[in-house]
Amino acid sequence: MRALQVQHNVRRFGAARLLSATNPKASARIAPIHLRNVDDPPEPAGAGWSKVTTRLAGICGSDLALIDGHASTYFEDFVSFPLIPGHEIVGELESGQRVVIEPVLGHAARGAEPPWDSAAPADGDDYAHLVRGHLKPGIQTGFCCSTGGGWAPWFWAHESQLHPVPDDISDETAVLVEPLAGSVHAALIATQHTNHHLTDTDSPIIAVLGAGTMGLGAIAAVRGALPNARIIAGARYPHQMRFAKGLGADVVAPGDELSRAVRRMSGAHRIGASLSSGAHATINAVGDSASIALSINITRPRGAAVVLGMPGDTKLDLTPLWHREVALLGAYTYGTEHIDGADVRTFDLALALAARIDAERLLSATYRLDEHVEALAHAASAGRRGAVKIAFDLREDH
Amino acid sequence: MPRPGFVLDVDRSTPPMLFWHGERFSLERLPADRSRVIYPAESFPGLEDPQSAIRDALENPLDMEPLRALLHADMKLTICFDDASLSLPKMRRPDSRQRIIEAVLDLAAEAGVDDVHIIAALGLHRRMHDYELRHVLGDRIFDAFAPNGTLYQHDAEDPENLAVLGETDHGEVLEINRRVADSDLVVYANVNQVAMDGGWKSLVTGVASYRCLSYHHNPESLQNTRSLMDRHHSALHHSIWRLGKVLRDSGPKVFQIESTINTDAFPSPFDFLSKREWEWTARDRMTYLATAKTLDRMPRRAARKIFHGIEAPYSMTGVYAGFTESVHERTLEDVYRQHIVEVEGQTDILTLGVPFISPYNPESIMNPILVMCMGLGYMFNMYRNKPLVREGGVIIMTHPTYRDFHPVHHPSYIDFFDEVLADTTDPAVMSDKWEKRYAEDEWYRHLYRTGNAYHGVHPFYAWYWGAHGQQWAGKVIIVGGDPTAVRRMGFTPASTMDDAFELASDVVGRSPSITHLHVPSVLVAEVT
Repeated sequence: MRALQVQHNVRRFGAARLLSATNPKASARIAPIHLRNVDDPPEPAGAGWSKVTTRLAGICGSDLALIDGHASTYFEDFVSFPLIPGHEIVGELESGQRVVIEPVLGHAARGAEPPWDSAAPADGDDYAHLVRGHLKPGIQTGFCCSTGGGWAPWFWAHESQLHPVPDDISDETAVLVEPLAGSVHAALIATQHTNHHLTDTDSPIIAVLGAGTMGLGAIAAVRGALPNARIIAGARYPHQMRFAKGLGADVVAPGDELSRAVRRMSGAHRIGASLSSGAHATINAVGDSASIALSINITRPRGAAVVLGMPGDTKLDLTPLWHREVALLGAYTYGTEHIDGADVRTFDLALALAARIDAERLLSATYRLDEHVEALAHAASAGRRGAVKIAFDLREDH
Repeated sequence: MPRPGFVLDVDRSTPPMLFWHGERFSLERLPADRSRVIYPAESFPGLEDPQSAIRDALENPLDMEPLRALLHADMKLTICFDDASLSLPKMRRPDSRQRIIEAVLDLAAEAGVDDVHIIAALGLHRRMHDYELRHVLGDRIFDAFAPNGTLYQHDAEDPENLAVLGETDHGEVLEINRRVADSDLVVYANVNQVAMDGGWKSLVTGVASYRCLSYHHNPESLQNTRSLMDRHHSALHHSIWRLGKVLRDSGPKVFQIESTINTDAFPSPFDFLSKREWEWTARDRMTYLATAKTLDRMPRRAARKIFHGIEAPYSMTGVYAGFTESVHERTLEDVYRQHIVEVEGQTDILTLGVPFISPYNPESIMNPILVMCMGLGYMFNMYRNKPLVREGGVIIMTHPTYRDFHPVHHPSYIDFFDEVLADTTDPAVMSDKWEKRYAEDEWYRHLYRTGNAYHGVHPFYAWYWGAHGQQWAGKVIIVGGDPTAVRRMGFTPASTMDDAFELASDVVGRSPSITHLHVPSVLVAEVT
């Protein structure tokens, strides 16, 4: 089949990284990703594997980071090359059932013992299975050479990864479910941490930095989880500001004004770069050093800063973290959420959220696989070009 | 004899006119045969011996006993003085306030008065830096009073040190500094640079609380202030005078000392600023060119430092003392004598070159809100009878209107710009929706009380100051301003003066009449 394949080529990763800041298109051209004929991946060992035909597959920031060489070396041992990217996928089973993929290749997919009977792929406190079992290393579909990924006409998915898509949800909405699941997970971490510090009458302040897909999803998820929350969003571009407002932010400010906006809302004092108090929790959907530092400085002492956007090699003065006793929490992905004593799959919450907010409006453009240079360049400069989510559309290829 | 102010009709031989453009200048050619320029009178000569004029005023006050007779050993004497918002630019030492207060202190010492406090009447302005206090009061006063805590600055947010003296028949509560209220005698040392200053305004705003100021510093009062330079047609001044009556009837005895200054605002390197353009000598032209080019190439920060470092060679032109209202009437006569220029008829377009300074950014940055305040507040209000521009006409200002704020002096201005102006530019709406939150913000309160920040509510007041001009003009255009900042304030950006005239034609047609208010130097147009 013809698929977009990434090979491990350090020189090309380096060149792509250099070009990515100034010329996303040239970066996409030089990156070690090519549309080529690849051997069909053999069905992985073990039971429960299905062939999934790709309908839409989104381009995520982590995909871009991998392709343009920005991804942390931390992941080197958690991926296997050559790989076919694509983990934000709505596809179709041979039965005709449409599904979205929960891409984490968890215990069940790798033939390992799950941490508990109904565990989701990402649950548990031991990641050893990610590099063991009958699959090559790979944290998710799209990062593992054994399964293939969504930027191909088809790939292998395990039954533990499949979530049927109701008929009334369009492909364009469904392709947003995976990133929204990440947003929901981060929002729940933030709100649960916030709830520890609140009385019934308090109206918590949640700050969300970044208004790309994940940030916007986090705004919508917080609004759903905490209707009385006061949400302040940091957004750079006008369309992001409009979306942020529409999805439930009370105040939207450019990133450089966010600290002052949080100060005003919380009634805090400003002490140097920090606020004396601040947001009860902050969700960082940007992930760079400056934004993480800002998140800590605008989160009230003993609040939580949740890092949703994939961080890289980050340089950070942790003194404020230490002094403010802010909990800096990662929100990598999704799994089982514990809400009001019940266990709920994040993906089920994300499906509901995607339908509620009509997530289709966040899908700004689609491309064919042979237009991948344009697609990747568009995704790399989505904000500047007035876009949110870019995806590949393979429906005409079948 | 200085030549009086006059109106110049622009013809083809008229040279380009000097416009302030923040920390820079430009020369703009105004359309011939339909433009006019209003020039202020030349600067009046100063008093030959201001020291003896002050002593004479104290010995021969208006409608009060001589100061000497009001002083006695066991009394509580409080001396209040205008803060750093006056004069602009700051006057060369010795400042008039230093001369006045030293004379008062000499008499107090002769009378054996020990309990003397000196208070900077800054209202909701920022606290003065020590070097500013030294500049205004002189080293002798500063060194004698500051170390023992008897020279200090009014704190409008100190509930322990505020006292209510009564209420006007309009329900306005007079709440002022407790030390002032409890004094046997309050002496006020004023510098009256424009007609808006002085009178009851000195004490009723200078040592009042936020609550007390909010009775007149509000959109309704400012929109009905026609103009700030004409207290008899100013709702702001009417309220202040009502509160002044309460002070007179229920407060301490007040001995008001008002002084006037001439219009020598700039020292010799900047002589060309106060000359009429067609009278510029070759040397003036060279100086202008050299200055303008240097400023153009200089970082804004460096240019700002130069201008704020200027010490004006102002001279005292008069001094009166005694009962506040009597004193103020005499002061106003002097001020108007210097400032009034008779102007026939209104204009379609008023052009204003906005300088680097306003009363609210001494030693600081002229942020966008202050550009509005200076242009639509102060400069637009330089009239009596009716505004220079007709109702629905166009006001064109020149200023870079950079989005730049002094973080120490103007913290609430930054938020006001980001938050309030993003929501509304309507003074009444912002007053209802936003003012209280800013006025009561604990951080702003802390910075006002302990640092050098304007009060949290101050950007609102600065905005209200321009409310009448904003309401009156059909369009406001800023030439050379940062487009984002200009639009945020509800105004129209223009790249050049010709561009501005083109934009103005949408409102006033293709052949509008144009009037340029020549700045520097201060004038009040008596428009008939």
